[in-house]
Amino acid sequence: MKAFTQHKGLAAPMDRANVDTDLIIPKQFLKSIKRTGFGPNLFDELRYLDEGQPGQDCSNRPLNPEFALNYPRYQGASVLLARENFGCGSSREHAPWALDDFGFRAVIAPSFADIFFNNCFKNGLLPIVLDEAVVNQLFDEMYAQEGYALTIDLEKQQIVKPGGESIDFEVDAFRKHCLLNGLDDIGLTLEDADDIRAYEAQRREQAPWLFDAVK
Amino acid sequence: MAGQTLYDKLWQDHLVKSREDGTALIYIDRHLIHEVTSPQAFEGLRLAGRKLWRGDSLVATPDHNVPSEAAERAAGVAGIRDEIARIQVQTLDENCRDFDVVQFGINEPGQGIVHVIGPETGATLPGMTVVCGDSHTSTHGALGALAHGIGTSEVEHVMATQCLIQKKMKNMLVRVDGELGAGVTAKDVVLAIIGKIGTAGGTGYAIEFGGEVMRKLSMEGRMTVCNMAIEAGARAGMVAVDQITLDYVKNKPYAPKGAQWEAAVENWSRLHSDDDAVFDAVVELRGEEIEPQVSWGTSPEMVAPVSALVPNPADESDATRRAGIERALEYMGLKADQKITDIKLDRVFIGSCTNSRIEDLRAAAAVARGRSKADSVKQVLVVPGSQSVKAQAEKEGLHEIFIEAGFEWREPSCSMCLAMNADKLGAGEHCASTSNRNFEGRQGYGGRTHLVSPSMAAAAAIAGTFVDVREFDSQRETA
Repeated sequence: MKAFTQHKGLAAPMDRANVDTDLIIPKQFLKSIKRTGFGPNLFDELRYLDEGQPGQDCSNRPLNPEFALNYPRYQGASVLLARENFGCGSSREHAPWALDDFGFRAVIAPSFADIFFNNCFKNGLLPIVLDEAVVNQLFDEMYAQEGYALTIDLEKQQIVKPGGESIDFEVDAFRKHCLLNGLDDIGLTLEDADDIRAYEAQRREQAPWLFDAVK
Repeated sequence: MAGQTLYDKLWQDHLVKSREDGTALIYIDRHLIHEVTSPQAFEGLRLAGRKLWRGDSLVATPDHNVPSEAAERAAGVAGIRDEIARIQVQTLDENCRDFDVVQFGINEPGQGIVHVIGPETGATLPGMTVVCGDSHTSTHGALGALAHGIGTSEVEHVMATQCLIQKKMKNMLVRVDGELGAGVTAKDVVLAIIGKIGTAGGTGYAIEFGGEVMRKLSMEGRMTVCNMAIEAGARAGMVAVDQITLDYVKNKPYAPKGAQWEAAVENWSRLHSDDDAVFDAVVELRGEEIEPQVSWGTSPEMVAPVSALVPNPADESDATRRAGIERALEYMGLKADQKITDIKLDRVFIGSCTNSRIEDLRAAAAVARGRSKADSVKQVLVVPGSQSVKAQAEKEGLHEIFIEAGFEWREPSCSMCLAMNADKLGAGEHCASTSNRNFEGRQGYGGRTHLVSPSMAAAAAIAGTFVDVREFDSQRETA
């Protein structure tokens, strides 16, 4: 997994509540058997004026001029400012894959849906929860100042604003450790293989029907 | 010490190890897979040179991408016209073969929507931990199991280690007491719950659904409720084991038999929350107060009783919420304060992991019997959830009732719930749908979804607009 230590990047808005994973990456793109290449279809139904198809060259499609990520001032953005319950709906990991492939490294919102939040950490994408009032202020400042860039320091758990003012954020210790070091958590879990085998043996005694094969 | 909740017990039963950093390793008993979220996980295993930890814990079936139309379906995987979809289903075939995973293939008797075939075969059982790369895995919680959706990285993690790294969720009890009125179903109950607590109301919680109404619901009804726990933000929903659970599970093909059955029943008898269990949050609803529900917006919390009016954003004081209502009304092509019963339907979809079980089809057929779909309704799809449900419905003659009413009887698949196969809405079309999500574009680019129960969907198909199924059925009795 890609490590996340420190990142400075232009902020861009996704200014609506309850952004669902269907909106982040529509279902027709889920037919791919790959993990990569979803970036051109991130927010497809909002970003373009036509209906997107998998495998299509998106460079000639009509862009929706009213969608913020298409504004010149947000080109190259890598920090997404979002509203409450971001990433609700389906468990599709294609959603963080698409955000990552597009170039986002972090998403800041007052709240996230559980499965999406978890999926982000598996892909080197940092979801940051801040108080709604703080997020509102970031939105206001971003709208007021072109080129508004944030510096995110995971080790210090701090966001530094363009003026130098900093905001602290919380992050789970295990996830922070994995993200800072780009660790593969399967490898970590397999270090506990003996514990898993011991549990399994005891469980097989207690509830053998759980180990019956199907078909 | 306070008693334990059902979730506490299921968690403790599956706890392999608590780690110093506050996380825990939780053992997974059953891992369901389908074609959409598994290929990248198998690829990950191959790249790392890893094996399945316990291959017999996996059960696979293709459901999201398979055609529902009989002629296309007849030719099996090779007959899937959409090449990208065909490759994905073929990839599942290849992965199951290479890793020796049991699969109910596209036209085999056991095939169906993964959340329908788990309980109906006994592949998912009370007391299990169940995961799948699909958020509606919460469905299996109806059995008294701890079941939730996971992303593809976690699919790979469970494949390789049989465990998930988790932090314990908080406990929420949603208690529905009293009694449901005639014509009010499990779907209306869960939509009313989501309308009350919101789509993020259950975030961070495991929800136990309890109370008199839940105790009286059939297993199919309980599955409908648990299925949509995720639409309330909760990864897991569950219902305590009782006699209804045991009667349902007994004699299922992969349920324990003989002495094993007796031992299992003994073990499952503790799968309920203790009387003195403490919940972090309790939500209460009264069954009598729940009417048939219809969603009007683009989030499952945007739902109202059929007798109500579409809300007026001017009545909402919170600016973000007001903007959300305005955007939803614009997308849905609805006016503030218009009657729900004035909404005209273009298509109707009866199916999905929420409402494609035999009881759902019986409810829809009871309304459709001897009637015809409105001419203004272009298409009514009835898509059974599994080969087994399809066979049972045909045995009961339900398919004939649907066909006589001008509905289309299709092959088991996820179909128009998420429109990955050819079944989809056109831009601007309104659909009465028994599925679980009314997100923008969910059922087709520009499509407008209204979530309802199977009987409400059938009534809407016949009337051409939403109608209160309770009045609709009483009309027939007096006619």
